[in-house]
Amino acid sequence: MTADQEARPGGERGVPPLELPSYVRPEGVHPPMHSPEYRSTQIRAPKQKLVRLPNWLTEITGPRYAPSPVTEADADLTIGHPGEPLGERIILTGRVLDSDGRPIPDTLVEIWQANASGRYHHQVDDHPAPLDPNFDGGGRCMTDSQGRYRFITIKPGAYPWGNHLNAWRPAHIHFSLFGQAFAQRLVTQMYFPGDPLFRYDPIFNSIPDAKARERLICSLDMELTKPDWALGYSWDIVLRGRNGTVFEER
Amino acid sequence: MHAGITPSQTVGPYLSLALPWPEGPYVVPEGTAGAIAITGRILDGNNQPLPDALVETWQADENGRFNHRDDPRGAAESGIAGFRGFGRCATDSQGRYRIVTVRPGCLPTPSGGAEAPHLDVNVFARGLLNRVVTRLYFPDEAAANAADPVLAGVDPERRDTLIAVAPPGSDGGEFRFDIRLQGGRETVFFDV
Repeated sequence: MTADQEARPGGERGVPPLELPSYVRPEGVHPPMHSPEYRSTQIRAPKQKLVRLPNWLTEITGPRYAPSPVTEADADLTIGHPGEPLGERIILTGRVLDSDGRPIPDTLVEIWQANASGRYHHQVDDHPAPLDPNFDGGGRCMTDSQGRYRFITIKPGAYPWGNHLNAWRPAHIHFSLFGQAFAQRLVTQMYFPGDPLFRYDPIFNSIPDAKARERLICSLDMELTKPDWALGYSWDIVLRGRNGTVFEER
Repeated sequence: MHAGITPSQTVGPYLSLALPWPEGPYVVPEGTAGAIAITGRILDGNNQPLPDALVETWQADENGRFNHRDDPRGAAESGIAGFRGFGRCATDSQGRYRIVTVRPGCLPTPSGGAEAPHLDVNVFARGLLNRVVTRLYFPDEAAANAADPVLAGVDPERRDTLIAVAPPGSDGGEFRFDIRLQGGRETVFFDV
């Protein structure tokens, strides 16, 4: 007997039945955990078949706050140091939506990235490109009532990595999202349009569907661009929507 | 329709630039009466610890309630000051993590059953192209675990990978929960 086929014992008298939403389970959107060309998956990706977890109370709820107050300065990665970081300043904005097109307000968006030279401010990164004393590369913000987020940062550089000989990651910014429910949690990477490294990158190409891959690429947005100051890029993030309310009779 | 859903990508090796929060491991403030510590290691297919993983936990409060509007029973505040429901801890150089929390209550299911006290657990790491999701159950809840419909759906041979271990002498204050990403004792992971 699986959880979805759970017997219905009738429950306590007088307790109303629970009506719970459930979230769509997208097929063919996410990369397979085993993507051998991305070498680290070989020893880390689970091999056993996943067990289907119903979307019950723990899965349809989730944290909807930041751990400590999120300030406006947290969304500007170019400030907080004695000088300005090197590189192309950019404005990066978009909306967090579910797959029914509903904006997700008041949810935490966290980002991290390399500097303009392709170096992370991190002890594990030994790429011989310069660190930037004016750039740490981490930021966060809460979405507004329309689900909109907005960061000011610099465009990160491409960088080499040890996956295979002459492996280079296309420029990208890491994103972490909560949505409204545990089921919606997502960590991903956003890329920049027209990057010639896309075809060589096993992480980008771990996503089997070309259209799905394209959804990780932001767009240059001249409306957003501030003359003489910063280029603007826009990128919407779409989390799993709901199947509709499931009403279980008893 | 799944049109438009944003695909997942790995968290990569540099997550510590943004994701660890100083207060992250504390679902309840340290020193809270009745608090428990969940400790463990994240291990790869060679039984080597992951020094670059992130563990997150999400759970009901001590009464089995959530302060969340989608809970049809109504959003409810925990009786424990500072209860957050959510924990997050990056692994250290030995692959260890530690979360301080309280034991959650049981939860009703839509069809009138009951879920045993549990934490939903995410693991993110380099080499994981999507999060892996598991659940932590408690070893001293034999009756509730036996009636839990999710555990019932798991191969009995592998069920114990979801049950934390009480170290000798821990007196109910500490539980150990190692997560094995691969290998003979691979932890049960869920499609959520």
